[in-house]
Amino acid sequence: MKNKSLLSVLVAGGILMAGCGNTEETKKEDKPATEQATQEVDLSAELSAYQQFALEQMDQFLLDTEKFVNLFKAGDIEGAKAAYAPARMYFERSEPIAESFGDLDPRIDGRLADIQEEGKGEEEWSGYHKLEYALWEENTTKGYEAVADQLLADAKELHALVQTVEVTPDLMITGAVDLLNEVSTSKITGEEEIYSHTDLYDFKANIEGAEKIFEILRSKLEAKDQELVTTLDEKFKAVDDLLAQHATADGGYVSYEELTEDNTKALAAAVNQLGEPLSQMGIILE
Amino acid sequence: MTTSNDEKWINKKISRRDMLKLTSIGVAGVAIGASGLGGVMKAMGYDVFETVADSTTASNKVNFYGKHQSGIVTPVQTNIYFASLDVLVTSKKELQELFQQWTPLVVRLMNGELMADLSTNTRVPTGDTGEAEGLNAANLSITFGVGPSLFDKLGMQHVKPAELKDLPHFPKDQLQKEYTGGDLCIQACADDPQVAFHAIRNLVRAASGKVEIKWSQAGFNSFPAAGGTPRNLFAFKDGTVNPAIKDEKDLNKVVWVDKGWLKGGSYLIARKVQMHLETWDRTSLKDQEATFGRYRDSGAPFGKTKEFDDFDVEAKDEKDNYIMPDTSHVHLARKSGARVLRRSYSYASGVMSNTGTHDAGLIFISFQKDPEQFTTIQNSLGRMDKMNEYITHRGSAVFACFPGVQKGSYLGEALFNAL
Repeated sequence: MKNKSLLSVLVAGGILMAGCGNTEETKKEDKPATEQATQEVDLSAELSAYQQFALEQMDQFLLDTEKFVNLFKAGDIEGAKAAYAPARMYFERSEPIAESFGDLDPRIDGRLADIQEEGKGEEEWSGYHKLEYALWEENTTKGYEAVADQLLADAKELHALVQTVEVTPDLMITGAVDLLNEVSTSKITGEEEIYSHTDLYDFKANIEGAEKIFEILRSKLEAKDQELVTTLDEKFKAVDDLLAQHATADGGYVSYEELTEDNTKALAAAVNQLGEPLSQMGIILE
Repeated sequence: MTTSNDEKWINKKISRRDMLKLTSIGVAGVAIGASGLGGVMKAMGYDVFETVADSTTASNKVNFYGKHQSGIVTPVQTNIYFASLDVLVTSKKELQELFQQWTPLVVRLMNGELMADLSTNTRVPTGDTGEAEGLNAANLSITFGVGPSLFDKLGMQHVKPAELKDLPHFPKDQLQKEYTGGDLCIQACADDPQVAFHAIRNLVRAASGKVEIKWSQAGFNSFPAAGGTPRNLFAFKDGTVNPAIKDEKDLNKVVWVDKGWLKGGSYLIARKVQMHLETWDRTSLKDQEATFGRYRDSGAPFGKTKEFDDFDVEAKDEKDNYIMPDTSHVHLARKSGARVLRRSYSYASGVMSNTGTHDAGLIFISFQKDPEQFTTIQNSLGRMDKMNEYITHRGSAVFACFPGVQKGSYLGEALFNAL
């Protein structure tokens, strides 16, 4: 299939080349369209910097999850509510790493809609969003103690597993774009935190996770394309500035329900305008 | 693929890029570097400094270069994708650079080529989104225009033509913000819906961070095998009284602006007109025909037998009634004395959520040397037009479409030279 499409590109290129007057004679060089043996760029310093970042985030995630679970189990509804969104931010920041463990991600971060989509019943639903439901919809912690215990156990398991994860260039580069895609498809629509409406915390954390990857790769990018770095600086700032408009005095964010359609549209546009140049970071691999 | 071939390709690519930069970076390169705008386009592999020629061998190809932009007197294609954009750039210089960078990409699209040659690096997204691969140019025409709001936004009021202003409110208008206005427009028409959409999608993507899409509308036209005027969704022929697209003299009277930086350009008016198909479909043929003032089958005006027969709008029968009812669409339009070049397309975009009826109608597009021509007709239709019962105008926009581009120049150069 790949060979076939490559061939059609080459043929099309040839036809078009013949059609491009004499000033264009070199315009359409036939080029290989797909991967070839290129020398891998040395990104070892960047990979280990990112690994360190991810491990720190996971350390904090475990600590804050423990704090959240303790509050929850103590029946402190308000305390648990306050700890919920900040704890999740560590997970959202390092999502490219966290979600590389197939079973654990849905167990910790699964939404009821995702579970049902997989044909599973509500009884298989676990993790943060189930406790979110308990806190905001049921306004209780009673009957959910086992879920809280399981969340802590899962967080510990995740923490143990990420110690061994191998960070690859693709994981970093794809991960940065995936973090933005997460924002574009679920955070900006308010579909991530349907009970607590703390979507902007996740939004911020996803952006920070992408920005961290950009910062780690900055010097490599500068060597390739200074203008791209300038553009990315501008676009990250644009998103950060917009988010800051919805920050609260305690360092958090307003409820998603307080956002107007103009607000979400502006945020979505800023993320898309960031995503396009961000998707070009792969140029450092060539 | 052998290693030696790979090397050859790589070498060629490098030498070609270097050469292009050496030969053209002098002016454009410095200018773009200064504002940092080249960033994304360059990273995506677009050769924004190159001059691309119209292909002489591509099949189903409409030329880009010429006295006028394509898509105005180009024979009407089967499909349109019309996009109204807002600019995010904040200076005239950035806007000029955007049009300079778009120009070679537009020629490539109209040649049926990819937006950018495929990169050897598969770890970045491709410069062209790819869905037009294997399709030919499909008579793609791409037409750019600038709206009144652009001049206010970027401090260019001194070169805004007096004629370029939002249309007045017309009786029964129900304009919705989400289909109205725009700083720029791109009209992509092609004999393939995917080719038309691909053009807009890629031009907007290439301008990420510089423009954002405000509203858009896809449309279609179907032509009888034997040729002739296409029918709209009311089943009546649409565009019968258009000036002939080869009659340069008539076009100069009706379509082409003859003064200022817009000389050789034209004003585009876009109206999104919802047609209430359910009510139309339960209207008798007699009443449908009286609504238009034409026979549905032949397209002939009342009292005549052939579509293009001339008629006297004031003619009356023996009972002193107008032969063509004075509330009919054609009667009122003709009586206004004004003419435009219509280039409309039908649309069918699903279901109206509030009523459950078809969301369908006409993306009305007309070209004229002065928007006043359209206003005169629309005012004449006014409250009288029997058609009002079956349609609602939901969107409206007016744009000044640049004159044509000569090779070596770029879209809108006359405007920027006038600044």
